[in-house]
Amino acid sequence: MTTDRYDALVIGAGMSGLAAGIRLAQFGKRVAILERHALWGGLNSFYKRGGRRFDSGLHALTNFARPESKSAPLSRVLRQLRLRFDDLHLCEQGRSALHLANLRLDFSNDFALFESEVARAFPAQRDAFANLVRAVRDADPFSVSDPSASGRAFLREQLQDEDLVSALMLPLTWYGSGREEDVDAYQAIILFRAIFLEGLARPRGGIKPLLDLLIARFKAEGGELRTHHGVESILRDAHGTARGVRLDSGHELLSDRILSSAGFVETRSLCGEAVTVADQGRLSFVETQRVLSQPSASIGAQHTLVFFANSLRPRWRRPEEPVDLSNGVVACSDNYAGGEFAPHGLMRITCLANPEIWTAFPEAEYRAAKDLWEDRICAAATPYAADPRPHTTQVDCFTPRTIVQYTGHVGGTVYGSPTKRLDGDSGVPNVHLIGTDQGFVGIVGALMSGISMANRHALVAS
Amino acid sequence: MNREEIILAIQDIIKAIAPDEDVSDLKTDVRLRDQIELDSMDFLDIVMELRKRYGVQVPEDDYKELATLDGCVAYLGPKMRGKTLKVGV
Repeated sequence: MTTDRYDALVIGAGMSGLAAGIRLAQFGKRVAILERHALWGGLNSFYKRGGRRFDSGLHALTNFARPESKSAPLSRVLRQLRLRFDDLHLCEQGRSALHLANLRLDFSNDFALFESEVARAFPAQRDAFANLVRAVRDADPFSVSDPSASGRAFLREQLQDEDLVSALMLPLTWYGSGREEDVDAYQAIILFRAIFLEGLARPRGGIKPLLDLLIARFKAEGGELRTHHGVESILRDAHGTARGVRLDSGHELLSDRILSSAGFVETRSLCGEAVTVADQGRLSFVETQRVLSQPSASIGAQHTLVFFANSLRPRWRRPEEPVDLSNGVVACSDNYAGGEFAPHGLMRITCLANPEIWTAFPEAEYRAAKDLWEDRICAAATPYAADPRPHTTQVDCFTPRTIVQYTGHVGGTVYGSPTKRLDGDSGVPNVHLIGTDQGFVGIVGALMSGISMANRHALVAS
Repeated sequence: MNREEIILAIQDIIKAIAPDEDVSDLKTDVRLRDQIELDSMDFLDIVMELRKRYGVQVPEDDYKELATLDGCVAYLGPKMRGKTLKVGV
């Protein structure tokens, strides 16, 4: 058996792994990124079907910021990775909406719109909302004393109207909470900034050009990207300290710095450590994408994103049924600036799903269930956007089963474990968490996660 | 490396980290963070670039010595002795 020694090994070629890899390679570390699949990107990847390239998870890049905003997370990430803003070719959103039953609040990348919408719908909460915004701006969510503090409680400290609290919770949970019926308070602050104060955009061409950029940077710095290299286990010495990995092939790579984006539970399992049910995420998604014969706006879907719910108290928990049709998100990719999809449209709809039910379906039933629930999801979103079904030229849908297959995340979770480890502590010496379970979400958040953990555990420490 | 060269070395590193910043007029006795927008992550990069380009190690406890250009000259002077200036790398 041959061995190889590295300064650092990164598990997973998603956003966080690529960012960590770039940071390490950039400063002369010998680093390999190990990815089980043929393709990179993790949850934010792409695939081809019927001659068309689809993004696997891209609704929006949150945290949009112009290059003048030097302290914005996007600008900081670009500086750390030595990328230029113009290279991202970001197309900004048009208008988006929170739409709960009869309550609709529009927002855009101009925060004044959202302020006026809140003032219109909740005149008595105008001052309270201004106080909330001030609290969000003044907070330091990156040095938190209690990472599990409740985001809902944070909103309620400022706001007295429970309908407004519910409306704000809808996008905050949808864009990054691994915790049922709540979102961590620090996360709520980061997400409020990322969605409302910063804004939404989409890289022209989808996720692939962005991934191409990251891969090119990593390789230009001498990093080694190894696809088809699944990690079978993490090797440890007699003291329990990690010393390398064993690949699915049986080949061993040695390093005393391992950065893992596999997830907390998954990483612990790779180390041979016990995991508890409480550490496992419970939330997963079913998502459909429909290519339309005409632009979304022409069939009545004017918004870029719609966070919808059929009541003023949306659920955020694992449903009893295969899919929770009561709330979800519609993303019309062709409603970003730039007209990339003309003359077609592309509508994506996402709802919460029960991973246990989806995993248990026998193959024949699975296909039928997928078709049935895909159709129901379209019907559920229709009152808040438009019915894509009469105008569809192509359909593609993923379930928790698909997520497990492509990411290895137990239970097909997208936002990972309900408990985050902001210091990247996996409980195993020399193994550090990056990505979702370290606590930062979204494209910019995941990049920041890889950067900050690489800085802290492999650059400063070395 | 003399005083001028050390200042050039730091300016060139800042240019690589933050290409939009004008580094030519930096005052030598005022904190760098008060003149250009550098956060702690950027600051780490100055240290990492010093190591990469010149093989100079700056332990975390000494980062504060690099707060101003004068501080850089004083702290790095002995460490950069005999090294060759590298710009535009």
